[in-house]
Amino acid sequence: MQTTLLLTVIAVLSVVGYLVGRNRAVAIAGGRLSTLHSVPPYHGFYVALWAGVPALILLAGWVSCEGPIIMSLVLGQLPAALIPQDAQALTLLQTDILNLAAGVSTGREPDPAVADAARLYNSFHTLAESCLLALGAALAVTGLILAKRQIRTELRARNRVEATLNVLLILCSLVAILTTVGIVLSLLFEAIQFFTKVPLTDFLFGLHWNPQTAFSGDVSGSFGAVPLFTGTLLITLIAMVVAVPVGLMAAVYMSEYAAPTVRAVVKPVLEILAGIPTVVYGFFAALTMAPAIRDLGNALGLDVSSQSALAAGVVMGIMIIPFVSSLSDDVINAVPQALRDGSYGLGATRSETIREIVLPAALPGIVGAVMLAVSRAIGETMIVAMAAGLAANLTANPFAAVTTVTVQIASTIRGDQEFNSPKTLSVFGLGLVLFVVTLILNVIALRVVHKYREKYD
Amino acid sequence: MSMDNITLTTAIRQSPAVRGMPNISNKITARDVNVYYATKRALKEINLDIEEHRVTALIGPSGCGKSTFLRCLNRMNDTIDICRVEGQIALDGQDIYARVIDTVQLRARVGMVFQKPNPFPKSIYDNIAYGPRIHGLAQRGPEMDEVVRSSLERAGLWGEVKDRLKEPGTGLSGGQQQRLCIARAIAVSPEVILMDEPCSALDPIATAHIEELIDELRTSYTIVIVTHNMQQAARVSQKTAFFHLGEMVECNDTEEIFTNPRDERTQGYITGRYG
Amino acid sequence: MTDLAHDTVMRRSAYQSEAFEARLRQRYRAERRFQVAGIASIAFAAVMLVVLLTTIVMNGYTAFWQSRFDVEVLFDPEAITPSGSRDPAVLAVGDYAALVRQALQAELPDATGRDGRRALMEMVSTAAAYDLRNMVLAHPEIIGTRQKVSLLASDTADQFIKGHIPRNITEDKRKVSDRQMAWIDLLAAHGVLTTHFSLDVLTQSNSRQPEQAGMWGAVIGSIMTMLVTLGLSVPIGVAAAVYLEEFAPRNRWTDLIEVNINNLAAVPSIVFGLLGLSMFLNFFGMPRSSALVGGVVLALMTLPTIIIASRAALKAVPPSIREAALGIGASPLQVVIHHVLPLAAPGVLTGTILGLARALGETAPLLLIGMVAFVVDVPGSLSDPATVLPVQIFMWSDGSERGWIERTSAAIMLLLGFLIIMNAIAVYLRKRFERRW
Ligand SMILES: Nc1ncnc2c1ncn2[C@@H]1O[C@H](COP(=O)(O)OP(=O)(O)OP(=O)(O)O)[C@@H](O)[C@H]1O
Ligand SMILES: [Mg+2]
Repeated sequence: MQTTLLLTVIAVLSVVGYLVGRNRAVAIAGGRLSTLHSVPPYHGFYVALWAGVPALILLAGWVSCEGPIIMSLVLGQLPAALIPQDAQALTLLQTDILNLAAGVSTGREPDPAVADAARLYNSFHTLAESCLLALGAALAVTGLILAKRQIRTELRARNRVEATLNVLLILCSLVAILTTVGIVLSLLFEAIQFFTKVPLTDFLFGLHWNPQTAFSGDVSGSFGAVPLFTGTLLITLIAMVVAVPVGLMAAVYMSEYAAPTVRAVVKPVLEILAGIPTVVYGFFAALTMAPAIRDLGNALGLDVSSQSALAAGVVMGIMIIPFVSSLSDDVINAVPQALRDGSYGLGATRSETIREIVLPAALPGIVGAVMLAVSRAIGETMIVAMAAGLAANLTANPFAAVTTVTVQIASTIRGDQEFNSPKTLSVFGLGLVLFVVTLILNVIALRVVHKYREKYD
Repeated sequence: MSMDNITLTTAIRQSPAVRGMPNISNKITARDVNVYYATKRALKEINLDIEEHRVTALIGPSGCGKSTFLRCLNRMNDTIDICRVEGQIALDGQDIYARVIDTVQLRARVGMVFQKPNPFPKSIYDNIAYGPRIHGLAQRGPEMDEVVRSSLERAGLWGEVKDRLKEPGTGLSGGQQQRLCIARAIAVSPEVILMDEPCSALDPIATAHIEELIDELRTSYTIVIVTHNMQQAARVSQKTAFFHLGEMVECNDTEEIFTNPRDERTQGYITGRYG
Repeated sequence: MTDLAHDTVMRRSAYQSEAFEARLRQRYRAERRFQVAGIASIAFAAVMLVVLLTTIVMNGYTAFWQSRFDVEVLFDPEAITPSGSRDPAVLAVGDYAALVRQALQAELPDATGRDGRRALMEMVSTAAAYDLRNMVLAHPEIIGTRQKVSLLASDTADQFIKGHIPRNITEDKRKVSDRQMAWIDLLAAHGVLTTHFSLDVLTQSNSRQPEQAGMWGAVIGSIMTMLVTLGLSVPIGVAAAVYLEEFAPRNRWTDLIEVNINNLAAVPSIVFGLLGLSMFLNFFGMPRSSALVGGVVLALMTLPTIIIASRAALKAVPPSIREAALGIGASPLQVVIHHVLPLAAPGVLTGTILGLARALGETAPLLLIGMVAFVVDVPGSLSDPATVLPVQIFMWSDGSERGWIERTSAAIMLLLGFLIIMNAIAVYLRKRFERRW
């Protein structure tokens, strides 16, 4: 609550700073605005920045390290006997304190010392917030006053404001990098913990995935991820068998044959297909496609499980059709008209021109598009979670139920995990594999497509 | 695209001759040809005869419709949606815009070489073999090898590429690429070859090469060439047609045009007053 | 010369021979086959879309119809407050199920005995008793009177009336017993059990009973999450795009950022969930299951899309405009803010809407940060436990009762409705402001 209050205070002081700075500049100029190096609004922004930015930095700094600091203070106050030695129990204790402090009942009667600690935590917290509020406000006011004093006709307010904004812009463009770094670090950090419990080779080459049984003791035999990898590959393969020919042919037809009116109708259809959320496809797969395929299989005398790789794969393929077709469409359109003319000029029919000239010329781009589609399929979660199931079968039978890397991740984690059970950590091992594989696919695919574009530019 | 090709041969035999073309040595005759891009008229009432086994040069300032006319002769304009052709163009007395005419067959008979060399992204061999293969003119193997060799020889490229037939055609130099495109056109044994500024992307030596080639090819093919280069027109062609603002102003023996133009616009153009 | 004539004859015969024409016919057949394959591909996609949408709508529209028993309830003081007290605490724990039972037994006198009562109560929603309790708490004076009341039917009865539970199968395979079937038919014939249009599925909050479950909480959760996503991803995304497109020097670093953004756009969404879990929940200790964390995660996921779209829009503004503005003495930043950004705004907006539409339909990363928790209350703040529409769909689709299918489908209809509106706005903007320089 105090944070919101401080934010409001900072905002108000910034606005005040703007007005003060602008008026001051006008006053200094004394009616001859042209004597100012920068126009008055820039002086306003200059003061506003001084009022706002330092206080905001303080706030951000405090919010990001408040928890650990207070916790260490609280733990320092606890009797030493109460503080457990091993990290796991310590985390548990800290969680207890936090829960108590937040007023969440843990179900059991709390240890009085822990209850004290929770009260202490809360009082530290309140104290800290009040201090923060006072300090933040003081900082803002100081900044405002100091900046106002600096205002002169020759103050290069515009340049300074713009330099600040420039820094801001750079920071914003670094967010993307930070996200990647965050992903890599969090995956690596937890995955390494996992691999200290389960050897990497057991994980990558083990044939049995059974994390439910892995509570304690020797867990390495329960985390063989091969069935997940094969399941992922099987479903991806089925999806590609559907999506690549259909998507490619649709793109070919759209770019080489279709009249503009046809294109005007079909393009939105494909766009709608692309815009449907995956959870909807998942529902469709479970509700319609899986029973349909089961009935069809039974009619043919096949043994089809109610959750089959085929149903999930086919629906995923349908989902990916627009992805493949729009990428291929771009790629095909990049093939120079001169090549088509050359072929038509020799008396080739359209399909001959497409099959023998356009598609081979577009091949690198199409390969790139397919790789991106594969990466999409590997990373897809909801369809598989809803239609293919959780059974980690090591099979290549499309009628059997299989599971995938993503489904295991999604079904294991529900936000409230204990971070030291191998089952939870295994998810980060899987996530790391998923990230690395899709990253490699994407990097190669993007490079291939880029090279291809350059060739015909 | 006219798909109705079932009774092609009979149709060709039975179709009435286009009017005003008793002269057998006229390979192509164009009568009252108008071409529109959407509503814009690019060619107006063109009447022109292309004689067999001769080189006809089309000259004129940029945008006057030379390429448009050339592309009418093998119906390449069909590939442009907004383009509409009126009037009659006859190949050997047969109207090529008649319903029974099949563009595939027509373009096999009337080949084309483009301004910018456009070799397919395939090997040199496959570039040449592509046409004969789709038309079924030669079987894979020795027969096709022979077609490839003779086409490259006629295009004067054999010596340079005979050891690298498997390399991509796009790896050749610009002049070689253009000769490759000519060889590619020859490989399907057309009757007419249309060339749209075939030398504009080439250096003088490569240009000289192609000009020699055109002169040699004249004995077996009828050639129509668009060029911006007066000397080139004078060197390679026997007949020259001058286009201006979508009209065909004058068509005559090349010598006549260059020494004694009838129209003052022609004179202005060839003496370099505009264009 | 004879050689030449021979050559010509040869050629003519080659292209006008029967063999060539036979081949030509074959080539045109291949051409048609190819074209048919293209049309078939498009038709396949279109048919699948139609099948999908019809399935959803056909399954979903019935969720907007709800079956109720219109009965006269005697607010029997014996059952409500045997002691006669009017203390709300006493009233709150009265046996309202008994009132429901008695009211129905009045219509169906044969529903007696333990089995009969159980069979009877299976036809009424548990919500019916709560509704009666709330009536009493609001108006204690109705105790002792008879009131016309509309009681919510249970999912089983509701689905049976809607024809989703087949009649002509053996009783042990059917969720509705023969006896209940007869009752339902009787009550329906008497006009006691009727089905009305109802928006409860939209306006109620979540429940474990399908006939009571509504998606209002998820709608609010989605809106809150989207607001966080919007508030973070748009300013950061546009600022990053402006920097990269307008100011950044071309060097290794900016190349790296560019490659990084392109790759980030293709990272599986679930990986962002893992990031949220380990970074925001575990490391920063942000509130689990909250719209705040969900919004942040989705913002990071949407950021690349917005950056890429904004850069494209900025790139489309011709340099002449920048030059003109620079020429009259504006600083580079002024040029961007006053001239380039306004011109690029439609493109930026379109990209933003499309990015948000994707985020709105996203499910997997939100599962990992706990937005899958069962939340009855409508979230009141960004840090309250919340869920969002797609996650709601995922959870409902897992329910075993037949009623979940229609609820899920109805939620999908709503979600698709939102998405269609967003996309339509994007398309409109693109068309309206499409500029050819
Ligand atoms: N695809 C097209 N769509 C619309 N208009 C076209 C198209 N191609 C040509 N034109 C127009 O038709 C007219 C004739 O063009 P054409 O290309 O035939 O000229 P050209 O004589 O070949 O010129 P150049 O010497 O520059 O090649 C021009 O005005 C041109 O703008
Ligand atoms: Mg031209």
